[in-house]
Amino acid sequence: MGSSAEEIRGHLKKYYMVFGALLVLTGITVAVAEMHVSIGMAVVIALFVASIKGSLVACYFMHLMEEKSMLIWILAMCVLFFLVLLLVPMFTIHEQDVGFMQRMNGLSPR
Amino acid sequence: MSDTSHELPFWKKYIFSVDHKVIGIQYTITALLFLAFGFFLMLVMRYQLAYPNQPLPGVFASVLGEPVIGEVVVNEATGEKGKVLTGDGYNAFGAMHGTIMVFLAIVPLAVGGFGNFVLPLQCGAPDMAFPRLNMASYWMYLPGGILMLFGFFVKGGAANSGWTSYPPLSTIATTGQTIWLLGMVVLITSSLLGSVNFIVTVVQLRVKGLSFFRLPFFVWAQLVTAFLLLLAFPPLEAAGILQLMDRVADTSFFDPGGLIISGVERNTAGGGSPLLWQHLFWFLAHPEVYVLILPGLGIIAEVIANNTRKPLWGYKSLVYSAIFLGFMSFIVWAHHMFMTGMGTTLSTFFQATTMIISVPSVIILTCLIISLWGAKIRFTTPMLFALSFLPMFAIGGLTGLPLGLTAADIHLHDTYYVIGHFHYVVAPGTIFAMFAGVYYWFPKASGRRMNEWLGRIHWFFSFIFINAIFMPFFFMGMAGVLRRQFDQTETLHGAAVQGLSVMATWAAIGLAVAQLPFVINFFWSMFAGERVGQNPWNATTLEWSAPSPPPHGNFDTVPVVARGPYEYSVPGEKDDFSMQATA
Amino acid sequence: MSATVIPYDVKPHPLTGMYNGKFGIWLFLASEIMLFGALFSTYVLLRVGAPDGTWPIIGAETTRGDQILNVGLAALNTAFLITSSVTMVLAWANLKMGDFKKGQTMLLVTVALAGAFLVVKYFEYSSKLHHYAVTFDEHFERDGVESRTFKASTDNGDRTIHYLWGHVEETKKDSEGTILGYVFAPDPEPGHEGAEHKKVEIQKSEIARLTTWGPEGSSFLGCYFVITGLHGLHIVGGIVVMLWFVLTGSKMWKSQPDKYANRIECTGLYWHFVDLVWIFLFPVLYLL
Repeated sequence: MGSSAEEIRGHLKKYYMVFGALLVLTGITVAVAEMHVSIGMAVVIALFVASIKGSLVACYFMHLMEEKSMLIWILAMCVLFFLVLLLVPMFTIHEQDVGFMQRMNGLSPR
Repeated sequence: MSDTSHELPFWKKYIFSVDHKVIGIQYTITALLFLAFGFFLMLVMRYQLAYPNQPLPGVFASVLGEPVIGEVVVNEATGEKGKVLTGDGYNAFGAMHGTIMVFLAIVPLAVGGFGNFVLPLQCGAPDMAFPRLNMASYWMYLPGGILMLFGFFVKGGAANSGWTSYPPLSTIATTGQTIWLLGMVVLITSSLLGSVNFIVTVVQLRVKGLSFFRLPFFVWAQLVTAFLLLLAFPPLEAAGILQLMDRVADTSFFDPGGLIISGVERNTAGGGSPLLWQHLFWFLAHPEVYVLILPGLGIIAEVIANNTRKPLWGYKSLVYSAIFLGFMSFIVWAHHMFMTGMGTTLSTFFQATTMIISVPSVIILTCLIISLWGAKIRFTTPMLFALSFLPMFAIGGLTGLPLGLTAADIHLHDTYYVIGHFHYVVAPGTIFAMFAGVYYWFPKASGRRMNEWLGRIHWFFSFIFINAIFMPFFFMGMAGVLRRQFDQTETLHGAAVQGLSVMATWAAIGLAVAQLPFVINFFWSMFAGERVGQNPWNATTLEWSAPSPPPHGNFDTVPVVARGPYEYSVPGEKDDFSMQATA
Repeated sequence: MSATVIPYDVKPHPLTGMYNGKFGIWLFLASEIMLFGALFSTYVLLRVGAPDGTWPIIGAETTRGDQILNVGLAALNTAFLITSSVTMVLAWANLKMGDFKKGQTMLLVTVALAGAFLVVKYFEYSSKLHHYAVTFDEHFERDGVESRTFKASTDNGDRTIHYLWGHVEETKKDSEGTILGYVFAPDPEPGHEGAEHKKVEIQKSEIARLTTWGPEGSSFLGCYFVITGLHGLHIVGGIVVMLWFVLTGSKMWKSQPDKYANRIECTGLYWHFVDLVWIFLFPVLYLL
C-alpha cells in the first residue's frame, strides 16, 4: 500500500523517473509520426508506445501494481468487454461490405 | 448502534434522506407511479389496437391533450364527437411505454427499490457504503424521469422512434427525441452511481462471518446486476451523446449521407453508420434484459426458500449460473440485429452465444423448481406470486429460443411474437416477482403485514388477466402481425386475428381493475395492517434480525453470521428455521 | 449528520485492500473505460468504413489527423497533463508524509496545469471552428483561384471531388438577408505557403456544401470534438473537485488527516485516468 511516510519517501524517486520516461516516450511518439512510416507500422508503434505510457501511469501513479487481485480481475473483465465492443462491430462492416478490403488498402498513404 | 434519526427535521428524514431504507421506499413508490403511468399509456394504445380509429372512451380522452395526442373526430355511425389517438401519438406512446417501463419503472423498482432496502440489511450493514451518493442517485433518477415526461409537452410530442431510438428515424425526429436523450443521460448517470454503491456495499460491508457463499441469492443477483449496469450502461451513454450531437450539432455519426427528407437532401458530412447505434444500444440493452430479470429471480429465490421451509436446491449452481449469465450477457447483443444484414458469420457467432446463455437461465429455473420438491409449501401471497412466476418466466424464456436462431428469427422478427416473448419475461416474470417482493418485505418496511385475503384476490385476477393479455401475442406474431403497428386490421392477416387483439385489450383493462385490491391493501395495511415483530415469516436471512421497521443504522447490535442463508428445517434444531445471525 | 458508522470508510478492507472510497472510484473508472471505449469503438468503426477521401476531411491526401490538427499544441498539452499527473501524485505523497502545505501547493499546481490544458484546447477549438471546407458540384475557377481535386475510388467507381479549404471573409446577403454567396480566402497550395493570399467570391448556387471544421465538418471531426470535448469536461470536473479541496482542505485535514489524504488519493486516481485517456487520444487523433 505504501501507506507509511518512509515508504512514500522511497517512492518519490520512482515518480520522477516515471515522469521522465513519459516525456521521452511522448517525444518518441511525435518523432515516429514525423518519419511518415506506413500506416500499419505507425498504428502498431503508436499504440505500443501509448500502451507503455498508459501502463506506467496505471502501475506507478495509480499504484495498480500494489493492488490486490480482485481489482485486477474486475479491470481485466472491463478491458475484455471493451475489446469485444471494439472488435465485433468491425466484423459487421467486413461482412456487409465487399469494398472492405479496398478500404483497408485505402488506409495506406497514397 | 445509537441513532439520532428522531432529531432530524422532516425534509432530511423523508425527502433528502441518506438512509438506504427511506431511499429504497422513495424509489419503490416513485417507480410504482411510473409503472402505473406506463401501464396507462399501454391501455390507450391497446384501445386503439382493438378498436382502430374509434374515439377513445371518456376516461382516456379527458386526460389526453390535443392536438398532439388526441385528435377530434366525429364517429360516423353515431354522430358522436370524440378524440382518437393519432398515429404520431401512438408512436410516442409506444416509445414512452417502453422507455418508462424499462428505465423508469422496473429497473428502479428492482434495483433502486428492493436493492436499496434489502441489500444492506441482508449484508448486515448499517447503511450503503456511500449514503450521500445513494441520495444523489435517487435525486438524479427523479428529475431524469420528470425530464423524460416533459417530452409530452414539447412541440411534436414525446420521443416517437421506439424505445430503441434507431437512427436515422430518431435523428430526424421531433424535439421529444432530444428530451429523451437528455433524460437518458441523466438516468444512466443515476444508475452508475447506484451500481458503484451496490458493489462496494456487498464486497466491503458484509458483517463478520458472512462469506460470499453465505450471501442470500438475492444479494448475488443484485451484485451481478450492479456489474451489468456499471459496464453496459456507459456505451449507451456514449451513444446517447453521439445521437444528441447528430441532432443538435449536425454531425453524422449515424448518418451514412444522402438522406433525403421531403425531397431535400440532409446537409451532413455523411460517412456514419446506422448500425453503429444498434451495436452500442444493444451492448447495453441486452445486459439490461438481465438487469430486469436477475433481481426478480433473487426475490423469487428468497420467497421460495422461506415458504418451502427447506434450503434452496443447488444454491451454488444458482450463484455460478448468475455470474456466468452476467458474463455471457455482454457477448450476445447482436442477436437483436440478425435482420440488419450484418452478415452470416457474425450471426452464427451470436446465435451460438445466445444458445449458451440459455443454459444458466434454465439451471436457475430448474433449481427453483426442484426446490419445491417434497416441500410442505406455505401458500402465502408472496409464494403464490413466486409459484406463478416460475411457469410464466419459463414461457418467456423458452419462447426466446426461436428468436435466437437466425432461421426462425427471419419469420418472427419484429412481430407480436417478440412482444409476447419479452413481456412474458418482464411483465408476468419480473413484475410478479416485484409483487412477491412487496408482499414479502412489506412487514419489514412498515412493521405491518399486508392483508392476505386481498393479496390473494390481487394475485388470482392478475394471474388470469396477464396471461390473457400476452398469450394471444404469440399467435398474432406467428400469424405475421408486426409490432409498432398502429392498426393491424389494415392487413389481411392482421384482420384475421383481430379478435385476439380485442381479447388482449379487455384483459388489460381487467388487469388494471385487478390492481385495485393491491392499491387498497397497500395503503390500508400501511396504517391498519396487523402489527408484526422482527421475523413474521420465520425467515433466516439477516434482515429479519433487525427490528421492523429497522431504525437508522439498522441493527440494534452488529450481527455475527454463523450459517448459510437458507438453513430451514435443520435436523436436531428446535425451530424449522435457523437464523444466520447468532444471537 | 447521523451517528451511523460505515465500516471501512478510512481503513482498508482485508479482502480488497482498499477503503470504500477507493474501491468505489476504481469501479467508477471501470465504467469510464467503457464510456471512452465505446467512443474509441465509434472512431475505429467510422474510420474503417469511411469512403475514400473523406477521412479526416473531404479532399484529404492521407488519413492522418495531423493534416488538419495542430500536433505541436497537442504535444504541449500532453506535457501539461503528464506533469499534472506527477504533481497530483506528489500532492498525495506529501499529505501522506504529513506535509499539508506542500501537498496543497502541489494540488494548486495541478489545477494550474489543468487550466493551461484548457486554454490550449480553446485555441485549438476556435481555430477549427473558424476554418472552412467548401465542396463544389463542378470544377471551380475564378480570379486565379482554382478548386483542388481529389479522385476518390468508391464502390460505384471513381468520383472526383472538387473542394477548397480556407476562410470565409465575408458573407454576401441581399436586402432581405438571404445569403447570396461568400468572399472566400483559400489556404495556400501545399508547398506554396509563402504565396500571397488570394480572395474569391463564390456564389451560393455553386456550392455543394460549405462547412466549418467543427463537428459537422466530417466524421473524423465529429469524433474529435465529441471525444476531446468529453475529455475536456472530465478536466473541468477534476478542476472543480481539486479547487474544492484547495479551498476547504484545511478544515478536514485538522480533524481527519487520513480521510483527507484518502480523498486526495481518489481524486488522484480519477485525474491519472483522465491523463491516461489523453495518452491514447493524442496518437489516435493527431498522429495516425
